[in-house]
Formats: sequence, C-alpha cells, structure tokens
Amino acid sequence: MTRGKAVEVFNVSKRFGDYQALDHVDFTIHENEFFTLLGPSGCGKTTLLRMIAGFETPSEGGIVLFGQEIDQLPAHKRRVNTVFQSYALFPHMTLAQNIAFGLENLGWDKPRREARVAEMLELVHMTPFASRRPDQLSGGQRQRIALARALAPEPKVLLLDEPLSALDLKLRQAMRDELRELQRKTGITFIFVTHDQEEALDMSDRICVLGQGRVQQIGTPAEIYEEPENRFVADFIGETNFLDAEVISIDGARARIRTPLGLEFDAAQKGLTSPGPATLSLRPEKIGLQEQATGNVLTGTIRSRNYMGGYTHFVVETGGASLRVSRRNAVSQAESYAVGQEVQLGFRDESVRVLAQ
Amino acid sequence: MSNPHNVRHYPGAGLVTWVFFLWLYAPIAVVIWFSFNENRLVSVWTGFSMKWYAAALTNRALMDALRVSLTVAVVATSVATLVALSAAMVLSRNETMRFRRLSETVVNLPLLLPEIVVAVASLILFSQMGFSNGMARLIVAHSAFCTPFAFLPIRARMQGMSRDYEEAAKDLYASPFTAFRRVTLPLILPGVFAGAMLAFVISMDDFITSNLLATGGTTTLPVYIFGLIKQGTTPELNAISTLLILASLIIATFALVLSARSMRRA
Amino acid sequence: MRSARVWGLMPAWVLMLGTLMVPLLIVAAVSVAERGSYGGFAWDFNPLSYREILFSEDWDGNLVFDPKYLSIIGRTLLLAGATTLICMALALPVAYVIATRPPKTKALLIYLVTLPFWVSMIVRVYAWLIILGNEGFVGRFWHWIGGEGTLLFTPGAMLVGMVYSYIPLMVLPVFAAIEKLDPALLEAGADLYGSRWTTARRVILPLTWPGLAAGAVLVFVPALGTVLEPMLLGGGKQMMMGTLIQTQFGGARNWPFGAAVALVLMAMVVIVLVINARRSMSREVRV
Repeated sequence: MTRGKAVEVFNVSKRFGDYQALDHVDFTIHENEFFTLLGPSGCGKTTLLRMIAGFETPSEGGIVLFGQEIDQLPAHKRRVNTVFQSYALFPHMTLAQNIAFGLENLGWDKPRREARVAEMLELVHMTPFASRRPDQLSGGQRQRIALARALAPEPKVLLLDEPLSALDLKLRQAMRDELRELQRKTGITFIFVTHDQEEALDMSDRICVLGQGRVQQIGTPAEIYEEPENRFVADFIGETNFLDAEVISIDGARARIRTPLGLEFDAAQKGLTSPGPATLSLRPEKIGLQEQATGNVLTGTIRSRNYMGGYTHFVVETGGASLRVSRRNAVSQAESYAVGQEVQLGFRDESVRVLAQ
Repeated sequence: MSNPHNVRHYPGAGLVTWVFFLWLYAPIAVVIWFSFNENRLVSVWTGFSMKWYAAALTNRALMDALRVSLTVAVVATSVATLVALSAAMVLSRNETMRFRRLSETVVNLPLLLPEIVVAVASLILFSQMGFSNGMARLIVAHSAFCTPFAFLPIRARMQGMSRDYEEAAKDLYASPFTAFRRVTLPLILPGVFAGAMLAFVISMDDFITSNLLATGGTTTLPVYIFGLIKQGTTPELNAISTLLILASLIIATFALVLSARSMRRA
Repeated sequence: MRSARVWGLMPAWVLMLGTLMVPLLIVAAVSVAERGSYGGFAWDFNPLSYREILFSEDWDGNLVFDPKYLSIIGRTLLLAGATTLICMALALPVAYVIATRPPKTKALLIYLVTLPFWVSMIVRVYAWLIILGNEGFVGRFWHWIGGEGTLLFTPGAMLVGMVYSYIPLMVLPVFAAIEKLDPALLEAGADLYGSRWTTARRVILPLTWPGLAAGAVLVFVPALGTVLEPMLLGGGKQMMMGTLIQTQFGGARNWPFGAAVALVLMAMVVIVLVINARRSMSREVRV
C-alpha cells in the first residue's frame, strides 16, 4: 500500500545560541499514520513538534505539509492543531466556546459550528459538560476537551505534546486506547511526542527515536525494540546486555561474529562495512536458562536474583562477563535457581543485534 | 502564641506589631474623627456635626480643584495604562530581546528618581518649549509618573500567564490581533484594571509635581489642600481630606484585591 | 516580529525620554547657566551655581566659605539616613510577625501595611500636623509631661513624618525576604543549641539582609528628595534639599542654583542606585 506524504522534514537543524537542539533531522510521515517522536528530555522532540506547529523556525532545512512548503506560513495559517502538554484550555471560555474557537477563526457559520461542537463533545463523551469551564474538570476530562478542540477544525495533522504526562497511571492507560481509537476513527495523521517508551511502543505505527538532536532510528515498534541499530536505541528502549565482540566477516545484512567467550555465529547487522571490533545487543528475555537454553549454549553462575512478580531477573556470570537474564515466572519453579548455582544459558543467533558504532 | 517551646515565637515582637499598626492608622483616624467636629478649632472636640461636609461640598474652589484633578487623573491614567500595556506585552513575551532590561528600567524610571528633581526638570523643559497650558502640562507629567504603577500589575499578570494560551489561540487559526483580543486581553484584564486604578490613585494624590507645574486655573485637589493648610487647619480641611482618603482607600483596595485574585487564578 | 517590538516599546520610551531623560539633561545645562535678570535663566556658561553651594560673597566681594547650604545637604543626608534606620528597626519585628501568621491573616496584614501608602502624601503629613500641634493629643501629652515649646517645626517632627510616609516601602521587601525563610532553619538553629536571639542574629538577620538592603534603597532615595515634611512639619525653617530646590523655582527664582542643587541630589541618588545594583549583581554571581 502506498500512502501519501503528510509531513516531510528536510534536513532540519535548530540552534539556540550555542546549543544544538536539532542536528540535520530528516524524515517523512505518511498520511493516516500514528507517528511518535520518542526520546529523553532535551532530545529536541518538542522543538521539532513546535516547528511543525509554527511556534519555532528551523535554523536550517525546511518542513513540507501535504506538498506545501510551510516555512513562511505563520502558526495561525497552518492546518495543523496541537494538544498542549498543559492542555491550554482557555479558562475564561466554556468548553463549547473552547471547541468553537478554531472554527470561528476559520469563518464557519453558526449552525455548522454548533453542529461540529456537538459532534466533537459526543466523540469525547463530554456532551453534558458543554457549558462548564475548564477549572471545573478533572485532568482526564480536560485532556478530552483539548483533543476535541484540536480535532474540531479537521486539521490535516494533529500534534500531541506529551498529552498523557499529567494524568495518573490508570487514566493514562485508558487514554492510550482512546487516543488510538480516535486516530483510527478520524483518519487524521497524529504526531505524538513522548519520553515514555511503553506509550510509544503501545500506540504508534512508527516511532522515530531522537537522541542528542539527531534521528537515531525510525521504524515500527517491533523494529525499534527487536532490531535496534545503535547503542543509543538499544539502551533507551527496554533493557539489554551489551557485549564486546569481533566481526570477522560481513555478508550483506549478516555478519560473522566471534565473542570473547569463544562463540562464533551469524547475526543481523545494518550499516557495518568492514570487519573489526563491534558491540552486540542481547535482550535479557531472549536468554534461556537450563532447559530453555537453546542455540548458543554457555555455562555460568548465578550472581544475583531479583523477584519482580511476573518475572525474575538474574545476573549470570559467564567467562568474565555478566549477563542480565529475565525469566517469566510461568511456573513457580522459576524460584528454584539459587544464587551461586551453576546454570546453562543459551540464546539463538537471530536474537543478537550487531550495533553500529 | 506564648508557647516557650515554639522557636518561631519572639517575645515582644507581637506587641511591637500591635503598636505599629496603631501608629499606622491613628493619624488617618484622627483626621477622619475631627472632620465631624462641630468646633471651628480642629483639635478641640465640642460635638458631632456634619456641617463641614456640607461646607466642603458647596465650596466652589474645592469643586473646581476636584474637577481639575479628575480630568488630569482620567486622561493620565488612560495614557499611562495604554503605554504600560503595550510595553508589558513586548517585555514579557521577548525574554531574550536586546535592550530588554534597559527598557524595563526606562519604564520604571519615575520610581527611581526623586519626584522633585523630575518635576523641576519638566518645569524647565515646558517653559523652554513655551508649553504653558497648565492642564496639558499636568497631564503629560502625570502620565509619565503613573506609567510604572500601571505597568507593574500588568507585567506581573502577564508573567503569571502561561504562553501556551497564546500559542493555542494561534494554533486554532487566530490572527495575532484576534489572539490578543479574545485570549490575551481577557486573561490579563484584571491586571490592567488593577494597574489603571493604582495609576489613578497616584495621579489624584500627587502634590509635588502638580504644585510646581500648575498654573492659575489648574489647581489640583492636593494643591488646593496645601493652600488651605497654609491658611490654618479647619475641620473643613479634615472633611475634604476624609473624602480624599476614602476615595483613595476604596480604589486602592479594589485594585489590590483584583490583582491578588488574578494572580491566584493564573 | 521585530517591528511589533519596536512599536510596542516606542510609547514608553518617547514618554520617558520626553518627560524625564531630556529634561534632566536640560537641568544639567541650566545648572551651569547664568541667572536671568527677571528669574529664569540665560544661556551663558557659568558654573557659579555650584560655587554658590559652598561659598558666598561677603560685602567686599570676597569669596568666603559658607556652610549654609552644606548644612542643608548634611541635614538631608542625616534625616534620610535616620529615617532608613528607624524603618529597618521597625520593619524587622513587624515583618517577622506578619510572615509567621496563617496565610489569610498574612494577606490581610500586608494589605493593611500597604493601604496608607495610597493615601495622599499631603493628607498623611497634614494628619501629623494636627497630632503634633499644641492642641493635638501628642502635643498636649508633651506639655502635660512638662515639655516646652512646640513639637512642630523640629527635625524630630520631620523624622516622624518621613518614617510614617516611607515605612511600607521597608516592610514589604523585608516581609518578602522573611517569608522565603524555611521555618525549619529556625528549628535547626534551636536544635543546634542556639537561643532565640542567637538564631535571630545568626540565621534570620543574614538571610533577611537582601530584603533590608532593598528596603533601604526604596526608603532612602525618596527620603532624600522629600518636600512636604520639611515644608509643613519643619515649618519651612528646617530646610532640606527638596525644599531648597522647590524654593529656587518658586519664590527665590534662582533657576540655575535650583538646577545645581537638583543635580547634586540626583548624583546622590545615582550613587545609591549604583551601589545597590553592584550589590545585587555580586549576589547573583554568588547564588
């Protein structure tokens, strides 16, 4: 399926004084996509969002919205809407007035406006609250109204700036489903900014991991988690073991690896061109213990055990390296490995990623 | 209060505070009290009477002075509030702009300089320019020294207001002017009112500048009161002062409550 | 964007340039001009006015040192300084008590401190004229305890009026500084065996110092230029710089001399402001 391009970010850089907030960022967001900008605080994700909204201008590069260059377009002429982190609901207006605000500015006539406001209130299940003011609402309700207000003018792209961060844990979970649902229903392209990897993996069609102002990797949630391309991504998303190794030979997307432990195997790689030292990433849950040890099998000693409820985390020492191993507590015998016990551990070739340096 | 274990309690401080507030309000109370004195001598109480208020309200010269003061205060307040509003808009939305601190100092300059020096300076300038319309002179000078009093509450209000509201307005297709009219202005309005009222009180109460710049027909209320004091104290003077005190206190209270409330909501 | 900024600030700059900055330059120019024959001044360079502050001509036209004006400057500094110190001494306990009240009481008391500030200066000074006068209750009390003469028209009367006029400007910044104090600091002071007074001296006072310094500037600067207190409570005989300037533009009609005194007053104010700016800047660096 080929989809149209919603937002194209061309080689965008942004400097604030000496600080490089964004460094040659370049990617394309498709129509009808739930696209997430994920990264630690200060990675430039909010700056990028504000550029698309029109609140910041790139120092270099440009942004194209549905084929139209928007660099010269002020914020109030861009057909994108934002759900602010603080929601920024106008405190002196009722909810209905808040939702109607954008429609008025677009010159919609009154009957059409009223119909749209009613429709939006219905969409976010807030119809009985139409004439309330924002300070009479709970956090989750404000969030819904902010969404309704931003969706009402039928924007081409909806920008969401960490909209769930002000909510408590339970509500956040429920709002994730609602957001995803809304995106499917409206078919509008969502650009979602968050620092919460779980949120990103759960909701997104594609994720762009930003770090130190640069795009670290773009891909589906599974690609980002299972096939991290560099150390930053592997480290930022989930937990992993980093292993030093030697690349002996490269054959396209496969590389022949030799580890200090003496194992030799093929692993997936991307971007490496010549043999030499490399870093491997191996997720803790991809290492099997004892009867689950398959593929490349080693012997090690359990150094620590942390019982986490659904999982138990072990640190296993093998040949001078410490590996973190996570084991689902499917049956209670998972408890039975004791600290100091010698165990077999194993992993399959395809679980290992060779990281670009 | 007198718990010896409370380390925050200092014996004597409470008493000092009580005496302090007594001292702060006693003079005002004395002025008001003797305005109801029937006797011609201010400080010799002989009985209650409202006759000095009647005398004050039928005093033509006083009414003329009041009219001058009100005219000057209304015009100067409007000018000062507009100047302050426009400066506050720029200064609180451009934290990193050049000359920001300098501009802020310039707006507040009247607070930093002794009023007598500024008054003298204006007098020399106006007479050099041949600018001799007393009312206009007062309005120009009052506009200047009222500006910081209008500026400070507006500025505080703008700083307390999140920029998100303005960005949200623009995000929802409001032109800069619409965003100002429908979002920014309604949200800072309490600050604007508070600033305008404080400017008004400051203009109404001014003596030093008005005394130097006033010409024959433009005696303001405080200048008129000064003239009366020079002639000797009478209960009528107290009645006039009482009216001025009440007006000032009511307007200032209104302004301070408005300002405090708007800060809490922001 | 840029032009919006320029237009937004323009009115303020024009107003302040036109009514303050340019006029002050003209004051500087007039202070070195000739005195006009019928009052006013003539545009001839002549720094006589500054000489007049220190010297006068005797009958033979010789210059003799004359402390007449110097004593006025001295009295101004002394009274303004005393006002500042008294305000500090009063403001500390008062601001402390206010700052330790519950929030509602606190807001009410601060409002009560500010309120008299909005009453016309002339009315406030007039009130003291009544109270201190021979018929006023303080005046009568004075005679009852055997005091002689009148309380009015003395430096003491002026001082009372000045402290009364400017005290809110001291209480507010001191209150702000004390309110920021963490109450746990006082408990820590007591916990470490400090008596109340040791804690006051070694914990509260140093941490309140910025507020006191800010208040000192706010009180001292207007006190230097005060006009009404010397005119009414000082009876015009106890001149201060403000009244001296005022007289030169009123009855005495010596504009260049008045301008020179005004400039000396300005210089004193600027020195205070510069010291204050340097103090607050060095603090910023340390914090």
